[in-house]
Amino acid sequence: MADIINFTIDGKECVAEKGTLILQAAQENDIYIPTLCNYEGVKPQGSCRICTIKTNGQFVTACTTPVADGMEIENNTEEINDLRKSIIELLFVEGNHFCPACEMSGDCELQALAYRFQMMVPRFTFQFPKREIDARNPKILMDSNRCIRCKRCIRAIKDEKERSIFAFHGRGRNIEVHIDPDLGSKLTDELAERSVTICPVGAILPREKGFRTPIGQRKFDHEPIGSEYKY
Amino acid sequence: MSKKITIEPLTRVEGHGKVTVHLDDNNNVTQTRLHIVEFRGFERFIQGRPYWEAPVLVQRLCGICPVSHHLAAAKAMDVIVGAGTGDGLTPVAEKMRRLMHYGQVFQSHVLHFFHLVSPDLLFGINANPTIRNIIGVAMEHKDLAVQGVMMRKFGQEIIKATAGKKIHGTGAIPGGINKNLSIEERDHFLKGKDPLNVDKMIEWSLGAIEFFKNYQSKNSELIDNMAAFPSNHLSLVRKDGAMDLYHGVIRAVDANGKKILHDVDPQDYLDYIGEEVKSWTYMKFPFLTEYGKDKGWYRVGPLARLNTVDFIPSPLAQKEFEIYKAYTKGKPNNMSMHTHWARLIEVLHSAEMMKKLLNDPDLQNDNLETKGNKVYEGIGLLEAPRGTLFHHYRINDQDLIEMANLIVSTTNNNTPMNKAVEMVAKEQMNGHTIITEPMMNAVEVAIRAYDPCLSCATHALGKMPLEISLYNRNNQLIDRKRK
Repeated sequence: MADIINFTIDGKECVAEKGTLILQAAQENDIYIPTLCNYEGVKPQGSCRICTIKTNGQFVTACTTPVADGMEIENNTEEINDLRKSIIELLFVEGNHFCPACEMSGDCELQALAYRFQMMVPRFTFQFPKREIDARNPKILMDSNRCIRCKRCIRAIKDEKERSIFAFHGRGRNIEVHIDPDLGSKLTDELAERSVTICPVGAILPREKGFRTPIGQRKFDHEPIGSEYKY
Repeated sequence: MSKKITIEPLTRVEGHGKVTVHLDDNNNVTQTRLHIVEFRGFERFIQGRPYWEAPVLVQRLCGICPVSHHLAAAKAMDVIVGAGTGDGLTPVAEKMRRLMHYGQVFQSHVLHFFHLVSPDLLFGINANPTIRNIIGVAMEHKDLAVQGVMMRKFGQEIIKATAGKKIHGTGAIPGGINKNLSIEERDHFLKGKDPLNVDKMIEWSLGAIEFFKNYQSKNSELIDNMAAFPSNHLSLVRKDGAMDLYHGVIRAVDANGKKILHDVDPQDYLDYIGEEVKSWTYMKFPFLTEYGKDKGWYRVGPLARLNTVDFIPSPLAQKEFEIYKAYTKGKPNNMSMHTHWARLIEVLHSAEMMKKLLNDPDLQNDNLETKGNKVYEGIGLLEAPRGTLFHHYRINDQDLIEMANLIVSTTNNNTPMNKAVEMVAKEQMNGHTIITEPMMNAVEVAIRAYDPCLSCATHALGKMPLEISLYNRNNQLIDRKRK
């Protein structure tokens, strides 16, 4: 029988199996911790920092840190939520996120988080980077203007030999996700669809399918992101 | 001593603009100009975007009639995806779009008449401006104000049911539509509690026409003569000559009713229409190329449409159309202020068409989309509330837009509005050294008749207060009034 440990999140008594990551443990206890780079079934990397929680005076990422017996976790606090909001704002100012004409509007996790954390005007200066769409692939388009470098596509979309079809290109602020020209040309319909689904924003677009879902039927039209959790 | 008067910004129109009036030593008007001083450049920044984004992106030109841009772009994209040039959509797709469009024309015309124009008619153009506004209307003529608000609400609700949102929806997609109309949505409009049902909208539309006809009969000197001038008129008409605000062929008539553009295919518009650029405004000057810049300019919008069409295919509006045509003995109507009359007949027509469409079972079909062989260029025209709207796009072999050309309704009316300003300025200001508020408002009244959307015309966005400045010939400011 697995070891069951006790811990608290914002004072609420919780239980989980020993070794469970804090994010998963919170979800099992019906508590929402926001995520962006994390995706079920893909090894977590803790890069976006949106799932940051505080325990023992330290900020750690909930998606990569195991829960420990007696741990006291701060999650839904003013301090942490403001930190999360600032991360969202930084992502918005770093790219060109023009939600009004984006076909992922209503289904976009970044937009949904901005609504959930009530982002109004970012506190940071817009960078307005000059980026082009890469529309060479016959099945998908890459719009770097909206990419948040979460690496979900790089980590999850692989061919039958486990080779990543997407990869980082460039360095620092100029880093972009590119499609491997050879592997990308052999992209199956199934993988193309999965790459669109796995992208949390509108950076990977299906060709000629935009705006098919009516307003009112999109993922976040009625409930904020994370509404499936009670707390 | 010559002087220059500037009216800036204009009020109760959509967007930013100003008027300048030059006076000679005897205070006679020598030159007038309507300047459009905003610029946004949608034609440029749509370049490089996927073509299916255009209907959603370009509609952001405007918050008053975004549906027009949404649908014109979608029509152009229909051509690109091989869904034909107006006849290739499934019945539900075409009828949902038409319903969206009639809802939009209805609400936009109502907004213009009740909110922007009615203060001039109810209180007089010389009335105190602190009363001559929509708040004044709400205080003094509550019933009319309520009608205006509720009629606009009805049109906006129709747009929401067809496009997903009242402003900037996503209903039309290249080759079709992304939803049909549910029975519940349909019944909401057909059987809604008073006043929000289509029968009440028809009743109130008839009432608004009666209101205007009464006003015109008592003020015919003003309404018939203010900014009345002969011009060509251009619009889309259905192939049989009927009014059709969503699709048709391009027809133009001259001031006497002679056809000068014979029902040409919108896809060929570049063969017939040119655009002139002038240094003092961001708005271009379209003209019929066959007749040149000086004689080829034309009017668009309700006045023009009622001059080009042979009949209106809805019974009550047709009856009003016959009364309207009888006033000019069947000849084209060249009286700018009669645009309000024509606009209200279109309000009635839109209400009747909405009722007809709502009763059509095709709206509940599921076959939403059509596709054929892709081409790389598409043109979409429709009759927006303010007149003929042209959208033209070219894409590359990666589905990205590489060229966009938009000729917006108000742009088509650029020369006529300048003519109207000139006439009224001469009439009101010749010989006067002091510019009064009613003089300024008279100029605005003439511009307002065209319901200009200056935001759309320069592909920009904004609001429009008014300022008039009086300059001497050395460009020194003598007098300035702002409101």
